[in-house]
Amino acid sequence: MDAFSERKYVISAMILLLCLIYIVRLFYIQVVDESYMLSAENNSRRYIVKYPARGLIFDRKHRLIAYNEAAYDLQVISAQLKPFDTVMLERILEVDHSFLLNKLKEAKQKRYRPYIIIKQLTSDSYAQLQEVLHRFQGFSVQVRTIRHFPYNCGAHILGYTQEVDSNNIKKDRYYEMGDYIGVSGIEKSYEKELRGIKGGEYFNVDVLGRVKGRLEGGKYDRHSEIGTNIYSTIDIELQAYGEKLLRNKIGSIVAIEPATGEILALVSSPGFNPNVLTGRHLNKYFQLLKKDTLLPLYNRAINGDMYPPGSTFKVVNALIGQQEGVCSRHTYHSCNGGYFVGSFKVGCHVHRSPVNLVESVQMSCNAYYCNVFRNILDNRKYGKVSVAYDVWRKHVMSFGLGDLTGIDLPGEKPGMIPKASYFDKYYGKDRWKSLTVISLSIGQGEIGVTPLQMANLVTTIANRGFYKIPHVIKGIDDASINPKYLVKHYSTVESKYFEPVIEGMFNVVQGGEGATAGWTKVPDIEICGKTGTAQNPHGEDHSIFMAFAPKVNPKIAISVYVENAGYGSSWAAPIATLLIEKYINDTIKRDWFEKRILEANLINAKP
Amino acid sequence: MRNHKKEENLFARIDKLILVLYLLLVFMGWFNIYAAVYNEEHHSIFSISQQYGKQLIWIIAAFFIGIIILIVDTKFFPMLANPFYGFIIILLLSVLVFGREVNGARSWFEIGSVRIQPAEFAKLATCLLLSKYLSSFNIKIMKLKTLSIIGLMFLIPFSLILLQNDTGSALVYASFVLVLYRLGMPGMILFFGFATAAISVLSLILEPAYISIGIISVAALLYFLLRKDVKQLTIGLIALSSSLVLSWLVFFKILHQESYFPVFISAFLVTIGVFIAPIYKNRLNHVLITLLTTFAFVIFSFSVAYLFDNMLGEHQKTRINVLLGTESDTRGAGYNVNQSKIAIGSGGFSGKGFLEGTQTKFNFVPEQSTDFIFCTVGEEWGFVGTSVVLILFAILLVRIVFVSEKQKSPFSRIYGYCVASILFFHLAINIGMTIGLLPVIGIPLPFFSYGGSSLWSFTVLLFIFIKLDTDRDRIIH
Ligand SMILES: [Zn+2]
Repeated sequence: MDAFSERKYVISAMILLLCLIYIVRLFYIQVVDESYMLSAENNSRRYIVKYPARGLIFDRKHRLIAYNEAAYDLQVISAQLKPFDTVMLERILEVDHSFLLNKLKEAKQKRYRPYIIIKQLTSDSYAQLQEVLHRFQGFSVQVRTIRHFPYNCGAHILGYTQEVDSNNIKKDRYYEMGDYIGVSGIEKSYEKELRGIKGGEYFNVDVLGRVKGRLEGGKYDRHSEIGTNIYSTIDIELQAYGEKLLRNKIGSIVAIEPATGEILALVSSPGFNPNVLTGRHLNKYFQLLKKDTLLPLYNRAINGDMYPPGSTFKVVNALIGQQEGVCSRHTYHSCNGGYFVGSFKVGCHVHRSPVNLVESVQMSCNAYYCNVFRNILDNRKYGKVSVAYDVWRKHVMSFGLGDLTGIDLPGEKPGMIPKASYFDKYYGKDRWKSLTVISLSIGQGEIGVTPLQMANLVTTIANRGFYKIPHVIKGIDDASINPKYLVKHYSTVESKYFEPVIEGMFNVVQGGEGATAGWTKVPDIEICGKTGTAQNPHGEDHSIFMAFAPKVNPKIAISVYVENAGYGSSWAAPIATLLIEKYINDTIKRDWFEKRILEANLINAKP
Repeated sequence: MRNHKKEENLFARIDKLILVLYLLLVFMGWFNIYAAVYNEEHHSIFSISQQYGKQLIWIIAAFFIGIIILIVDTKFFPMLANPFYGFIIILLLSVLVFGREVNGARSWFEIGSVRIQPAEFAKLATCLLLSKYLSSFNIKIMKLKTLSIIGLMFLIPFSLILLQNDTGSALVYASFVLVLYRLGMPGMILFFGFATAAISVLSLILEPAYISIGIISVAALLYFLLRKDVKQLTIGLIALSSSLVLSWLVFFKILHQESYFPVFISAFLVTIGVFIAPIYKNRLNHVLITLLTTFAFVIFSFSVAYLFDNMLGEHQKTRINVLLGTESDTRGAGYNVNQSKIAIGSGGFSGKGFLEGTQTKFNFVPEQSTDFIFCTVGEEWGFVGTSVVLILFAILLVRIVFVSEKQKSPFSRIYGYCVASILFFHLAINIGMTIGLLPVIGIPLPFFSYGGSSLWSFTVLLFIFIKLDTDRDRIIH
């Protein structure tokens, strides 16, 4: 024992104090501060998404119209890089030196995590690369799939996919950066069915990003489930033919199978090859298409809702007139070059007078429909024009006009059939008369329809009074389609009133006195149609035609709209009858007729 | 028969607590090494090709060494001190010539596949020699001659190890300060030692002017507190704080000066002023010593900052800044500490479980079986594991201190303190480093870290003490 033996307490206290400080510190970093936990997971856990292949799309005849091709993303883990032959890699990837250097610099930021150098390599580049990949340490290839559309058509129906953006992710937590999502057409409206279910595998990785086995033996891993196959209502050959006919023209075609409401073809021209919006150059082509003044990305068939229906609308008034009892098959109206009230005049072309209902359709008499329309609106039983107008409007809308049809394609526009209050607002309450809105009688004025709605209208006529909501999907693997597409929607006009109108439409094409489209008739096929020529304040009139065939048990109803092309009979009608011929006979016998359409370039006719 | 009884007595006299703690720590270390470098292909903990298999061999060998030490007569150890020290010095010299360089340090002998690090055994040699020297008759610790001899005893191995570029092992010699403190070195030296180290570190983190103000305030506070003169203390504090505020206002707000120096000068002058009054009442030298010490610390603080700014290269500056946490660099020099903290921090309260650690197993933590073995404890056993290890070490160290005090023989007592000090230093530096409280200095965690040299040297160190303790009533020289 010596004088300083008490110092053992000081020394012991120092030891205990240090251990206490360390335990407090450990409590802080281990228990209180949870950021280390996250950093650790971030370090050593890698989630590798297993992307499912998208569902295939078949047409109505079970032809494959959209499938997947393998694409290869080349990625690099910077920390694993060893010196390599940059020249060789640049040659295989077809990129320049600065591109590669830039990408490698970006990859360095991620250091231990894979960074994608180049997306969606073609199979060719991949084949070349695969042979020498072992020479490029740190590089690896991730297999993805990209869409391919073998018929090179149907872009507006099929749509396209692209990488999700932050909005998509916000809306649906299923998506993560790097996923693809349908952004238009069937790809969008049936995204949930087509995308399948992503799987994923968790791996432990070491400090260099090398996989060191599955996390907890694969306990959290999930298999991916491939997307559901979808059967479209489209007849891809009819679609392709429609696109061919509308080449170098602005306009649209919608063809529907009347009995089912199934869309056979839906063309918007100018369009684009759906295959340009897949793969590595998607963005480049997308920008080009976006800048094009002819708006190829715009689907006129369902998005263009300010088209006046023109004379095709006369059949609607003929039907409503009968239902409202203001005209019948035997109602005659005279026409001497038009409809005159005082100084007011609606002109008409030269034809015999008077004409009955069938003939009025056949000859497309303006005066006849001015009379019918005024009689509907001035019907005494409704007291006021505005009341009668709303009755008329209800009838019109029962043909699927003025509102969304409910087609299973995104972005449909409703068209416009204004309410009476619209005119009240414009002219003052009850300060307007039937004469004020007389242009509605011949499908002009404050009225707009989509080409789809017009096809749906002619479908309703073909069915003698009902339509089913037009749709592009027949079946989703074994599951049935939405039952709303199976319901018959009856128009407010009784079935019996359709016959005179159909008779008139029959004569329009099949000939007869003053037939507006007689020259377009197809031997052996009884086509019923109606031309239209819509005035267009911006230039040449729009050429419009709607038709169905055959007259009994119709197989196809069609509407054709060619912008700035003149009379309905000159362009829209021949295109429609060619499509009908193609659909029903499968071959075109009228070669000269077809040739004229194919060679026509109507885009440059635009002022 | 007699012999047998003697052996029985030997076992009975062994300090069981120290022995049990030793065994616990060694086996915990082994399991953690297994977890740290676990290899699926060699999943047996006995796989000789892996570090854990090898560590088992080192452990078994260590036990043999331990047993041999327990059998040897206690007289043997003081006898061994001089030749062993000499032998180690020769080894340290020759390793500089024939040694193999590992991680930039030329401190290993390589014989076949076995590597030996003489620096690990140099501690032991110094312990024995120091104990022997200080336990001789008529040694007065504070005499210049004694201090010179002790200094030389440390300086020779210290500088040789430093020459090997093994800073960590060299710094261990600082731990002998605790032994000297116990033997009567004034506590002030220990205090100044700590203060100097703390001030150097703080000078690099904070403006020296702030530190100066801190030093002056603390000194004044201590002075008045110790004199228990409340009136003086109040006057001093008011004078000091008002002078600080005033000078800060004048220089920063009115004169728009950027430097803290004038603030510090005025604060210093005020403090001197506050000191002047008691000078007449009290013994002059107390006041003078306090003043001079304070002033010396202030000058020291400024010079550390000056030296750092002007004498070091960019690379060294960055390294020091990262170590001190004033510069974050999670990819470069700070990477190790950051990863080490992540590994320990991710363990949570109860850990991820044995072999479930990812950070250590997948090499995110550097040196995970040697210097950073504590990370595996932290990751797989959590806060429970880390505190258990710290508590076991604390019990072991305090136990050694108290057992040392029971020794009749000064040699044994001093040796015990040597053992405690060295273990304490290793524990403090190693764990402090892994939890980011101390700079990265590569020294092993006793009994835990992988490696034969370190395990054997700590075993020998501890077992000699256990053996000496069995003869605690005998005076040995
Ligand atoms: Zn007419």
